[in-house]
Amino acid sequence: MFSPGWAGPGKVERFEQALLPHLDAAFNLARWLTRNQQDAEDVVQEAYLRALSFFDSFRGGDGRAWLLTIVRNTCYTWLRKNRPPEASVLFDEELHSTGEETGNPETLALRNADRRLLEQVLEELPLEFREVLILRELEGLSYQEIASVAGIRVGTVMSRLARARQRVARQLHDRSSKEQKGGL
Amino acid sequence: MGCNDAQELIHGYMDGELDLRSQLEIERHIEGCAACAAAYQVQQQVRSAIAHPALYCKAPAGLARQVDRALRRADRAGRPAFSRPPAPGPRPLLLWRFAGAAAALALAAAVVWMAVVLPRRSAEDLIARDVVASHVRSLMPGHLTDVPSSDQHTVKPWFNGKLDFSPPVKDLAAEGFPLVGGRLDYLAQTPVAVAVYRRRQHYINLFLWPEGRGGGAKSGPQIRQGYNLIHSTRAGMNFWAVSDLNLGELEEFLKRAAN
Repeated sequence: MFSPGWAGPGKVERFEQALLPHLDAAFNLARWLTRNQQDAEDVVQEAYLRALSFFDSFRGGDGRAWLLTIVRNTCYTWLRKNRPPEASVLFDEELHSTGEETGNPETLALRNADRRLLEQVLEELPLEFREVLILRELEGLSYQEIASVAGIRVGTVMSRLARARQRVARQLHDRSSKEQKGGL
Repeated sequence: MGCNDAQELIHGYMDGELDLRSQLEIERHIEGCAACAAAYQVQQQVRSAIAHPALYCKAPAGLARQVDRALRRADRAGRPAFSRPPAPGPRPLLLWRFAGAAAALALAAAVVWMAVVLPRRSAEDLIARDVVASHVRSLMPGHLTDVPSSDQHTVKPWFNGKLDFSPPVKDLAAEGFPLVGGRLDYLAQTPVAVAVYRRRQHYINLFLWPEGRGGGAKSGPQIRQGYNLIHSTRAGMNFWAVSDLNLGELEEFLKRAAN
């Protein structure tokens, strides 16, 4: 682009033009990380303010990943301040990782899976798993983008996604069979 | 390849993130291993279940205004809302020394740009502007489609008698871009067909019109008002795609739509 920033609109206008279109993405991530509507609104507003103060370091291009990085960090800061620490993934994994099969297609019956149940399973996932799933499945970010948003190596993205999806499958399988038994 | 590796690699495979060699290896493994084939099937179901638009939490109606107000308040207050200071720039004295030279350079660049680049680009630019304006308008309630249908055999014939060309409307549901419908539009002083697709909760407007009526010049992806905008020409047809979808997926979309 030719000579950016001269005689153009003000900084806030340029900022909003570039980043307000990603408000849904910002909110979606914040909502899934905080698991609360009102908290997500607060975090998003704070993240946008933070983003405005870093706007000079924004290199242009697709602002979504840039903004989501800030939203994620704001969420983490907020969670540290306002919520008791969640169980760490490593601890959790050692307890639960059995390395066994993740259920077979017949018993999983995801087609009819209650969406409420899926939501619940996702909300109960450890934060590190939840965020990669949301960024991948709901935002469609590439591994490269997820790595930069979550501050992890690209190689880690795939293994984390694999474990996250396996866990979702296992949980859905366990709970839907439990519900079937309980319902009878 | 062992099953342990495969159980992880099927995820890179599903996500289209593997290099060609690993891709072939995992395909071969799945063919010969029932357990991994079953896991692959399960994981695909999990994946499509999570990617459901109903799980996407859209921002509530008032949030954009609330954020806008907070931003303006912070801007008026003249300091970033967060405590971290901005990165230090070059020292002012040094800056002044270069200011003169920079201004002269900028002026020269501006003259060249206005004399050479601008006239050539302006037609293209007008179309890009029209395309984005139409996209934004289409997203207002009730403006998206004239013929809402996910069936290409409904959408494509609908244009008969309304245009003097037959727009190539494709079914891309299998590629993850379900058709939403079709719409007539008018841009760059020519009537055009618009096929509307969806990727998750992002709408994609695909503008179609014959080559030779403007809009065929080659130029790269653009961002306007936060929307990604790309185009290509194929088989005598102009394809312009616009969406708030990320550029990578939009390019994938256009490649398939215009193929």
